[in-house]
Amino acid sequence: MRSLIRTIWNVLLHTFHKRVTIQYPEEKPYLAPRTRGRIILSRDPDGGERCVACYLCAVVCPVDCIALQATEDENERRYPEFFRINFSRCIFCGYCEDACPTYAIQLTPDFEMGEYNRQNLVYEKEDLLIDGPGKYPGYNYWRVCGEQIGGKDKGEAENEAPPVDLRSLLP
Amino acid sequence: MTSPHPIAAIAGILIVVLSLSAMLIWVERRLLALWQDRYGPNRVGPFGLLQVVADMIKIFTKEDWIPPFADKVVFVIAPMIVMVTVLLSFAVVPFAPGIIVADLNIALLFFLGMSSLGVYSIVLAGWASDSKYSLLGGLRAAAQMISYEVFMSLSLMGVVLLAGSFSLTAIVEAQKRLWFVVPQFLGFTLFLIAGVAEARRLPFDLPEAEAELVAGFHSEYSGMKFGMFFVGEYLGLILISSMITVLFFGGWLGPWLPPIVWFAIKMFAFICFFILLRASLPRLRFDQLMSWGWKAMLPLALVNLLLTGAVVLAWK
Repeated sequence: MRSLIRTIWNVLLHTFHKRVTIQYPEEKPYLAPRTRGRIILSRDPDGGERCVACYLCAVVCPVDCIALQATEDENERRYPEFFRINFSRCIFCGYCEDACPTYAIQLTPDFEMGEYNRQNLVYEKEDLLIDGPGKYPGYNYWRVCGEQIGGKDKGEAENEAPPVDLRSLLP
Repeated sequence: MTSPHPIAAIAGILIVVLSLSAMLIWVERRLLALWQDRYGPNRVGPFGLLQVVADMIKIFTKEDWIPPFADKVVFVIAPMIVMVTVLLSFAVVPFAPGIIVADLNIALLFFLGMSSLGVYSIVLAGWASDSKYSLLGGLRAAAQMISYEVFMSLSLMGVVLLAGSFSLTAIVEAQKRLWFVVPQFLGFTLFLIAGVAEARRLPFDLPEAEAELVAGFHSEYSGMKFGMFFVGEYLGLILISSMITVLFFGGWLGPWLPPIVWFAIKMFAFICFFILLRASLPRLRFDQLMSWGWKAMLPLALVNLLLTGAVVLAWK
């Protein structure tokens, strides 16, 4: 009986407690920088696309919402011809970000993507590409990888030793 | 104060009580939210007040479906009984001097009789639905309300002894010097508990028990028929709060403010208390409910009656 009265009293005291509800449209919640929200494609510090169209994101995607087509430019640099994310299927799991070898695909703290028309949730490459490097400033895949492209020969990447001459007998 | 025309009194009380019971939907949701550190409905209109209108539009436009296996006539009549019995009980409640529909000299018996008749609504609803959850809810309601009825009326006999009358107006007048809650505190506690059980509110809402019986006796109801049970429950809540006010807290009596305002304040305080009970207490198990009623409450009510009778006899 005493516990009952104490329960009632304690609940009554909640009249003076702060309410936990966040009044959403007027009051925005704090979103951590690593919140998994809207997906973007970032660029390297030089302004080139980071995506090398390796298809890893499309393969790892559990709901198959990523579609892309690889192609090469005149410098033999791979890039996606089109890159399409269907956000009406996306579950924001972040696997694509984990799978990406070049930090190109990233999830951002933005979730306000409501649409009346389902078609509008299909984002094309120009909708996804942003102008900056996103969460990884200073990283440029093509400058650190050993891949040979136009304008950058073997051994010219950062921290890369010059190529070994296989035909020489000298040590 | 001059008495208003009976028709005007009936219409006035009907309108006020019915709109009050509709408003209680909003009040209850806001208060429950307050005690759970939330906001509750606050979007539609100022403070979410128009939520009531939205809810009413919703419930009126919903499909009013009668299951093909149900006993149609009884199924339709059952929700009406609860409304009728509760609304009839309001006829004897003295809201203020003159604001009363029928000042019966057996008003208290009338109230008890009407609240007993209200059980039929629940039992018949559970029976006519022809579904096991509804039937279980109806059975529980029958057992619960009959056992709680017994000590509900017995707990009020102390008040009758002190006031020397069954008329509610006379009972209020008899509290001019001292509210009956002081000499009849035990009776008040018993009536409070019985009232919660009678209004089928938590922690005594076993006939509904949404955790075990879907929605209990009104599982199969939809649309406005469900709405009638809903409004009936809130009407019962208002009725029990008014009866507590009248019987134990001096009804309209109070200084400075007009009588009707005093009545409304006291009544509203008890409505809030009932909602607080819902916010804080878990539902009883059914065997606990029955043994609580028969083994604890009934003997206490008898002791209360005995002591009050002895004191009154010695005093006179």
